[in-house]
Amino acid sequence: MKFSNYDTEGFYDELFDENNLPRPGAELLIDKIESLPANDLMHKQRSAETALLQLGNTFAVYGSEEGTEKILPFDVIPRIIDNKDWREIELGLQQRIYAMNKFIDDIYHDRKILKDKVVPEDLIMTCAAYRKQCEGLNPPKSIWCHVTGTDLIRDKDGRFYVLEDNMRCPSGVSYVLENRQVLKRTFPQVFADSGVRPVDEYPNNLLATLENLAPESIAEPKIGVLTPGMYNSAYFEHSFLAQQMGVELVEGQDLVVSDGFVYMRTTKGLQRIDVIYRRLDDDFMDPKAFRADSMLGVPGIMDVYRSGRVAMANAPGTGIADDKAVYAYVPKIIKYYMDEDAILPNVPTFICREDKARAHVLENLDKLVVKAANESGGYGMMIGPHASKEEREKFAQLIQENPRNYIAQPTISLSRVPTIVDDHFEGRHVDLRPYILYGEEIYVMPGGLTRVALKKGSLVVNSSQGGGTKDTWVTDRDSEGDDNPSPSPLPPVDSQSQSQTSIPGDTTGGPYA
Amino acid sequence: MLSRVASSVYWMTRYIERAENIARFITVNLNLTLDFPAEATRQWQPIVMATGDHLLFEKKYGNDYSAKNVIHFLALDPAYGNSILSSLRAARENARSVREIISSEMWEQVNRYYLELKDASTTDYASRNPHKFFKIITMRGHMFTGLLYSTMSHGEAFQFALTGLLLERADKTSRILDVKYFMLLPRAGEVNTPYDSIQWAAVLKSASALEMYRKRFHRIIPKQVCDFLIFDSEFPRSIRYCLKKGELALHKISGTPVGTVSNPAERSLGRLCADLDYSDIDETIDMGMHEYLDDLQTKVNTVGGHIHNAFFKVITSPANGGTSQ
Repeated sequence: MKFSNYDTEGFYDELFDENNLPRPGAELLIDKIESLPANDLMHKQRSAETALLQLGNTFAVYGSEEGTEKILPFDVIPRIIDNKDWREIELGLQQRIYAMNKFIDDIYHDRKILKDKVVPEDLIMTCAAYRKQCEGLNPPKSIWCHVTGTDLIRDKDGRFYVLEDNMRCPSGVSYVLENRQVLKRTFPQVFADSGVRPVDEYPNNLLATLENLAPESIAEPKIGVLTPGMYNSAYFEHSFLAQQMGVELVEGQDLVVSDGFVYMRTTKGLQRIDVIYRRLDDDFMDPKAFRADSMLGVPGIMDVYRSGRVAMANAPGTGIADDKAVYAYVPKIIKYYMDEDAILPNVPTFICREDKARAHVLENLDKLVVKAANESGGYGMMIGPHASKEEREKFAQLIQENPRNYIAQPTISLSRVPTIVDDHFEGRHVDLRPYILYGEEIYVMPGGLTRVALKKGSLVVNSSQGGGTKDTWVTDRDSEGDDNPSPSPLPPVDSQSQSQTSIPGDTTGGPYA
Repeated sequence: MLSRVASSVYWMTRYIERAENIARFITVNLNLTLDFPAEATRQWQPIVMATGDHLLFEKKYGNDYSAKNVIHFLALDPAYGNSILSSLRAARENARSVREIISSEMWEQVNRYYLELKDASTTDYASRNPHKFFKIITMRGHMFTGLLYSTMSHGEAFQFALTGLLLERADKTSRILDVKYFMLLPRAGEVNTPYDSIQWAAVLKSASALEMYRKRFHRIIPKQVCDFLIFDSEFPRSIRYCLKKGELALHKISGTPVGTVSNPAERSLGRLCADLDYSDIDETIDMGMHEYLDDLQTKVNTVGGHIHNAFFKVITSPANGGTSQ
């Protein structure tokens, strides 16, 4: 398969510049792909899919018969980010997470930022994710958002923007780790020569982040990942992370509150648990504190949490930072707590509760993207330029009925990456979700999940809406000063020759085929 | 360890072992058809009889006990809860719920095993190449057990896995012997004919026991075949061997020496092992082989119930619905 007919069509392309020439960091990869024998790339693509299916990183397709399990679609052409761009992302995210954590802590305590009228008080008080139960709560070391997956996009101008903050239970990091395992085997030589920064230390760092929460007095804290259960669509990730960290994977039914502590039910009786990485929404955590009908949580756990006898990541109540109307204030929030300008810009946002903004939105529905403030996963949104007249009318009505719940943004033409479509390459739009851990310091995983909208022209990358994933390479080379790149000296051939062969055992059939 | 996890690990290996042993059942007949091609068709009914699920079979296929129907029913029928496919589905669901406990190699093996079998169930591969098909299934089971031994720490979870595997294997060896009983029924006059000894050889082969048996007894004599498969102290599929190793695993879980009793599961399994230690093949034949095996299966079930009560009872999860035999 060749790139000779590949056309960036005027979009920002992550691998090719505006003259359809490979970007410096992508040259090795493009050369490699161009040099492959016919059909070899398709073979690599199929082998990668088989490997992912065998790893079992599948999600169940709801509402269909047993056995319709699928892997998240995966495209073997990686997305490459050079070091200079990455440094800005890393610093920008560290700044943003630090400020947002301050913000959450302030909101549940003194509310200085509201009193100083930087953020309108009623905006927070009407936020669906505000948890009254968290008022006055003091999580260990005042850290609320231990794990964040922030969604970034790159616009036509080549700049990265923050699109969404996910501070509740962001998922997808297991795909990053497994995609990387598979891609290392797909392009071993290019991988080694491109200086791709590793992502594998994530589970260790996550464990350290969790251990950081345990009371000092406990030498070997007992840690668990709390999952809603094996029928949850992210179950693979829950068990994968527990396995990688070597900690218990627990369900609500495995835990019980007794005399002020949380215990696990074990074959040898009850055993105390000290830190819980919970992958269960606030609402389901504790039927005594939140939704009474929840069967998934642990009755009474919030009381133990409040008394400091169990730690949780993330803390309950962090959802206020995910509200898309609050999002619009993040640059001001950063300025307020840090006295710095935001390094990573927001996408310009119209908050429909403000009369002037709302009027503008209603007049320009055909140009804007409208989003419900409290939804995620690509639900509750309308992309104006792609929407029908009926959809626009429906959203106009929704906005007028409940302006608090809607925001609008200009339609950003997300950057694209070449993607295999049948027997050739076409550009497909992507976003980027790096994962950030807030422990002793703030760690940004180098890379993250690149989600790709596989439908031609689509801007919606969510897996529930026909999205797939790609591996994300952060290379340690800079694009600047590399205008005339001479490939870095290759190591002696003999030491590398074995890794150049194709994947061992990558059969696509089976003994029964 | 978590009770839920202990239960899933235990059932995971039970279901894997069950799947493998259904294949062994079927190979009794496949082995026979190699020696007596003409006998092939009339021998499929006893196989289904020995499972105890013949009524379910007849509901679906009537009285047509053809090789094709029986193989499909026992191996690939997704609606029949004890088919190989169903057993593997249950094994995989249990494995999925304990993925962070088992090694990734074990998970990949059971996952791949199931996916391949599911693919095969949509083709006629099994009835076209039954020998190869069931050989692959048996080897897949061995691969899983090998991975269990060599990639998972031999701690508490492993001992639960081992207990499940050994109890299931003991039960299934008794049922492989029972297949022979059901074959004999229609034609008592053939006892001690060459045909009879070939049938017994087929039973031994199905339990992968022919060579090991010959080392000990040389000639194939029905009574000694039964002795070997029930009482042999060294053959890893004999009922006594499985139960005694199972007893050891249970005591490793509780951390107490064999010979003492710290829970009802240890008591009932210890008693069963003592029965086997202090009885012999003559006593068994006096009691009636089928009756003896029936009674033994009931006792193994009782041990399973006691294990459930002692370790898993706090939890009931949908993945462990298969407590029935």
